[in-house]
Amino acid sequence: MSRNGLLINYGWCTGCHSCEVACRNSHGLPLDQWGIKLTQIGPFKIGEDKTEWNYVPVPTSLCDLCVDRVAEGRKPACVHNCLAQCMEYGPIDELMKKMEEIGEKVNVYLP
Amino acid sequence: MTTKYKVGTEKDYSVRTCAWSAPGCHPTGCGLIMHVKDGKLVEVEGDPDHPVSQGRVCVRCLSLPEVIYHPDRILYPMKRAGKKGENKWERITWDEAYDIIVEKVRYYQENYGLTSIAMMGGTGREATFYFPALSYAVLQTPNNVGVLSGLSCYGPRCAVTEYVLGAGYPEIDYAAYFPDRYDNPEFQLPEYIMIWGKSPLESNADGFFGHAIIDMMKRGTKIIAVDPRVTWLTSRAEYHLQIRPGTDAALALGMLNVIINEDLYDHEFVEKWTFGLDKLAERVQEYPPKKVADICWIKEETLVNAARAFAKAGNSSIQWGVALDMNWNGIQAIQAVLYLMVLTGNIDVPGGNTLAEPSSFMGKWRYETHHQIPEEIYEQRIGNEEFPFFNYGLMACSPDNTLDFFEKQQPYPVKMVWSNSQNPIANAACVPKRWHEAFKKIEFWVSQEIFMTPTVSAYADIVLPVATFAEHEGVVIPHFGRNSAFVGAINQCIERVGECKSDLEICFELGKRLNPKAWPWETVSEFFTEQIKEKTGLTYPELKDKVVQQQKYVYRKYEKGMLRSDGEPGFETLTGLIELKATIFESWGEDPLPYFKEPPFSPYSTPDLYAEYPLVLTTGGRKFTSFHSEHRQIPSLRQITPWPTVEIHPDTASELGIMDGDWVCIENHLGKCRMKALVQPTVHPKVVHALHGWWYPEQDGAEPNLFGTFKSNINMLMPHKKVGNLGLGANYKSNLCKVYKVSGLDD
Ligand code: SF4
Ligand code: SF4
Ligand code: SF4
Repeated sequence: MSRNGLLINYGWCTGCHSCEVACRNSHGLPLDQWGIKLTQIGPFKIGEDKTEWNYVPVPTSLCDLCVDRVAEGRKPACVHNCLAQCMEYGPIDELMKKMEEIGEKVNVYLP
Repeated sequence: MTTKYKVGTEKDYSVRTCAWSAPGCHPTGCGLIMHVKDGKLVEVEGDPDHPVSQGRVCVRCLSLPEVIYHPDRILYPMKRAGKKGENKWERITWDEAYDIIVEKVRYYQENYGLTSIAMMGGTGREATFYFPALSYAVLQTPNNVGVLSGLSCYGPRCAVTEYVLGAGYPEIDYAAYFPDRYDNPEFQLPEYIMIWGKSPLESNADGFFGHAIIDMMKRGTKIIAVDPRVTWLTSRAEYHLQIRPGTDAALALGMLNVIINEDLYDHEFVEKWTFGLDKLAERVQEYPPKKVADICWIKEETLVNAARAFAKAGNSSIQWGVALDMNWNGIQAIQAVLYLMVLTGNIDVPGGNTLAEPSSFMGKWRYETHHQIPEEIYEQRIGNEEFPFFNYGLMACSPDNTLDFFEKQQPYPVKMVWSNSQNPIANAACVPKRWHEAFKKIEFWVSQEIFMTPTVSAYADIVLPVATFAEHEGVVIPHFGRNSAFVGAINQCIERVGECKSDLEICFELGKRLNPKAWPWETVSEFFTEQIKEKTGLTYPELKDKVVQQQKYVYRKYEKGMLRSDGEPGFETLTGLIELKATIFESWGEDPLPYFKEPPFSPYSTPDLYAEYPLVLTTGGRKFTSFHSEHRQIPSLRQITPWPTVEIHPDTASELGIMDGDWVCIENHLGKCRMKALVQPTVHPKVVHALHGWWYPEQDGAEPNLFGTFKSNINMLMPHKKVGNLGLGANYKSNLCKVYKVSGLDD
């Protein structure tokens, strides 16, 4: 069995911040700490009518992949609440396969 | 202890519920699981079994515990202890509060008449559902008023739809009516969704779950965006029509011109179900694409291509936003955009725009409560002499005339205001300092609130604490009954903090004292059962157990006699058809056909002002972190959006010597305010976009500072009563300004 990780299909991440707040709440983190933090790429122009604008959440060293929730058969807090449903949790070999299927703007993290 | 919606032990348990307010949100009714430990709400997460939200939650609901247990929350009824505006309060009991209120209401009714009291409310929140009843059936005043100039939110879109098409709100089809959602065989994925003047992802406006757009995009739906800003969503659109703010009507007429002249409209539908195409066709000749493109500051090619793509596509929909209402030309913009849905045959078809009756569920009850007031008094509503449409077409008062009434205390005096779900001097009111002076003339003021606001501090004599949605029983109905895919139960999750009560409980208790005949129910549960039983077949306790009850949807109701009260096929209009020439508008002094009119202050209508104020100012783009002026004191949310910002193009910023993050002053001939510059290439170099509803709960709340409410309030730059012929629509989203660097929020 391979290790578990987080897949973020960030092409669809709308920058809603729900993952950040859900993670902080479920882990009792203070306001100045994040288990996952949103980064923002753009907006900048890449053509007359084209703008590059991506949000890419990045788990930090405080991310424990929600061991407790997962042990109870629940999804990680960030995955569960994500407004764009663009996050998945699972064994990395499966996630890598999905990543290839998705084909663009996608990350798999091993925090 | 365990019920169908509640699992656990007496102190540690989880409750399934649907969200609404307080704190502010629209009736989106997202499904939540509320985790309670030792009687306290410790965590909120999404309910995966909710058919629409499916486990997803935005940051506002996620931070609900920070609202409920916030140290600044109002927990008890209070009366003013110092002078008005000193922000000093003394705790009283509910009985004392009701006694004081009843005595004042009776005094004003007897000495100044029923019209001397005004019920004043804001938008979207649960209170808005009950304030018509609070106005008509509790306080028995016809003056159910607001401050938003031109009533320019939702009302105009609903009114035009009602008179042109005879139905409720035409929401896009997102399969919300079906348990199996997008997989339902009757549903069809829209090929395009045209999103016009709206930020659905952040706003979830009027009960539309915004991220359903993402669901459909993932399945292949393409986006046509009409927005003066580049946003994350427009960056993923196939066509982005980045128009000059306030030119929506011109753009829609230009698109209609392409669709009619190139014969791209749905002949079968238009010939059978509409009236007046020849007149509309004549009118759109005045709006050739080249001319319109110049008006809108876009390329002719983009306009033509987008119009063609939309008209030639399979079933598609248009999601329109408040930007259409917020325009003195809004009625015409709305009418023309509605005609885009109609001419392409996208009305009431799978993947098109869905329709329902204009008012169902409690919509009926709440408006029928106006029979609690004698007809001749009801007709004395503020503003309906100047704007007959308010008398016949809409059950509302003109907000602009309300300011005139309050200022002059003429033609009749207004002595008492009941305020809920609003914070007008921080948000919504144009010319906020004029409103401030006018509000100071109100003798007696009651506010229902969860936090102290500039409005409560400045005017209130009595404050009543409102329960959050975790602390009371309720129902939530998207679109307030005008197109409701489901009815949700708001299940109380925790014991109330302090002595807060829900908006409906306050109506009940005061109603029983002031006008008992209108309030025959013993409990809210009994009341809700009566309201929902007919449509859902459920009692309220049954709904609580189910948490969500979806409604059935039937497509092409106009073919089946389901949109007309006489059961005949067609639409509930004068002609029985969709009116492409809205004859009835003539009787209210309006052109029956859509037209374009320049905003009152613009590069073309006021070139002299433009020389001095060389930027077009648009406002009010939404954020995930707030509901209008609310949520500014919630730590997790304020951290994400710490300051108000104004979006400026990098070229313009560099000309003005402004760097990203600098404090700037935004100023025009009416007023000024300060925000931080957000320098990015998302607006036209001649356009800036400012956030709305900013005040500073961390600052001194007493006069004259009032939580800094006049410092960053963009409405300081908005004109009074520049409204359309019907009294509807005002240009919150298209004014002029200049921007210059300053040292900080204060000097
Ligand atoms: S998996 Fe759990 S710990 Fe990791 S980022 Fe998501 S919510 Fe936080
Ligand atoms: S919750 Fe999902 S959509 Fe929202 S910011 Fe996080 S990854 Fe993006
Ligand atoms: S949209 Fe409204 S109801 Fe839904 S999660 Fe956000 S705040 Fe809650």
